[in-house]
Amino acid sequence: MSQKSSEGSGLGFPRPPEGSWTEHYPELGTEPISYEDSISPEFYELEREAIFKRAWLNVGRVEQIPRVGSYFTKELGFAKSSIVVVRGKDGVVRAFHNICRHRGNKLVWTDFPHQETSGSCRQFVCKYHGWRYELDGSCSFVQQEREFFDLDKAAYGLVPVHCDVWAGFIFVNLAREPEQGLREFLGPMVTAIEGYPFDQMTERFYYRAEVGANWKIYMDAFQEFYHAPVLHAKQSPVAARPEVQLAGYEGIHYQLDGPHRLVSSTSGRGWLMKPDDLKPMELLTRSGLFGAWDAPDLGKLPAGVNPSGSRWWGMDSFQIWPNWVILIWERSWYLTYHYWPTAHNKHLFEGNLYFIPAKDARERLAHEMAAVTFKEFAMQDGNTLEATQIMLESRVVERFPLNDQEILCRHLHKVAADWVDDYKRKRAQGRNR
Amino acid sequence: MSQALLPGEFADLEPYAAKWCLPTETQRFAQRMASTMDEMQSFYDAFFPRAETAIQYCEKFPLDDMPEDAQRLLQLLYSLVMVSFPVEVWRQPHVPDAGAAHIELVLEPHP
Repeated sequence: MSQKSSEGSGLGFPRPPEGSWTEHYPELGTEPISYEDSISPEFYELEREAIFKRAWLNVGRVEQIPRVGSYFTKELGFAKSSIVVVRGKDGVVRAFHNICRHRGNKLVWTDFPHQETSGSCRQFVCKYHGWRYELDGSCSFVQQEREFFDLDKAAYGLVPVHCDVWAGFIFVNLAREPEQGLREFLGPMVTAIEGYPFDQMTERFYYRAEVGANWKIYMDAFQEFYHAPVLHAKQSPVAARPEVQLAGYEGIHYQLDGPHRLVSSTSGRGWLMKPDDLKPMELLTRSGLFGAWDAPDLGKLPAGVNPSGSRWWGMDSFQIWPNWVILIWERSWYLTYHYWPTAHNKHLFEGNLYFIPAKDARERLAHEMAAVTFKEFAMQDGNTLEATQIMLESRVVERFPLNDQEILCRHLHKVAADWVDDYKRKRAQGRNR
Repeated sequence: MSQALLPGEFADLEPYAAKWCLPTETQRFAQRMASTMDEMQSFYDAFFPRAETAIQYCEKFPLDDMPEDAQRLLQLLYSLVMVSFPVEVWRQPHVPDAGAAHIELVLEPHP
């Protein structure tokens, strides 16, 4: 991307020669957009097929299944299905639809059939009639096999799901044949962060919430920070100051790559701030929303992190199509968000915070401060989204202006429309054949 | 007198220990929502000036091999983080504008 040097003082970061980030990507347009895609049950039905059953979806990390036989299940509400992800005897990570081939019982679950579970086993045994499956999915035992009629066990293995791993992140693709391999799907902007020490950041806080809003409405909330000085004004003494409110927000760098998008941003630097501008608990723990101030040194980071090379860099938020976010903080930690749609106006939100394991109680307390602060913010965000959903559904207003700091929202809704159009076109072609 | 929960040099904080030495964030959040501002202010005022000393006490031990009383002191510090938002920022137990929003912490590091 053509761009001037990344000099800036907190405001007035260089923009592309077109004068705005949005106009740098002319296919986005600049006109007000519709949110019909977030309130229409019909559009949601199309998204389930066109997007969620065709894209690669991150479902976890390899550290969740460290040993042969380690597994976890994942509920995929959009597909009305569940999968089980397991590490095989050969160390390979595989995914299967979580259904017994005999009479359709959910194969792996504990106590409550709708809840996800995890554990370790030598083989999967169905609770219903005791059919057994090896870790590679093959059916190895049928109870009273002689009672069946010409049953060929080899034809009754678990139904596989396309599964691949990138940078320790496990992905599945529900398509019969994915149109792209995982790496090609992720593209150069995302794969350029490979080498970031995700594998070392194993201290994990995992949050879940059911949110009464379309999945894209929540993605929008976390892919623009134009809202931050307003919605979260009461969170800190600095943010509450009138000059901060007036200054507003400006991202350092925005970038699009295929269906994926990125914003690089500044973040608070508590260790450089006046004590009066900080909460007493931030001063005590030397930590806050942006992480622990005394962060471990990670050495040289991959080129994809802070891609504009800004000296003001505080974090990158990678919005990875369709429903996944990796947010890498300058203070040597990262978090992920997942948005799993369950209806046109509901989704399951997952947030994961990952730190290099604390070596003592002081570091652990700093992580606790970051985690608790994260939740306070996320609760304000989550509730606001429900208010947005309610009023969008009124359809009183049908066109909404987005500014240049909201370019990523504009891009998300365009990509959703593009994928649905592409799916409809291919479906129509398939019928005409 | 009931048995002490905290290390001896933090005996002055025993009145808060039974209520605030809680092992999970879910329990600490629920305790915050069930408490009055007076209760949390009193806990904060008593503990905050002693907190740096408490951190120094806890950080002497390896995290995976802390005596139980030190673990409870660390839990008390986690609770101080939890009540700091109502006390320092919100002036009320719940997060403003968060309504019925509910976020569950499913998995967290131990201790």
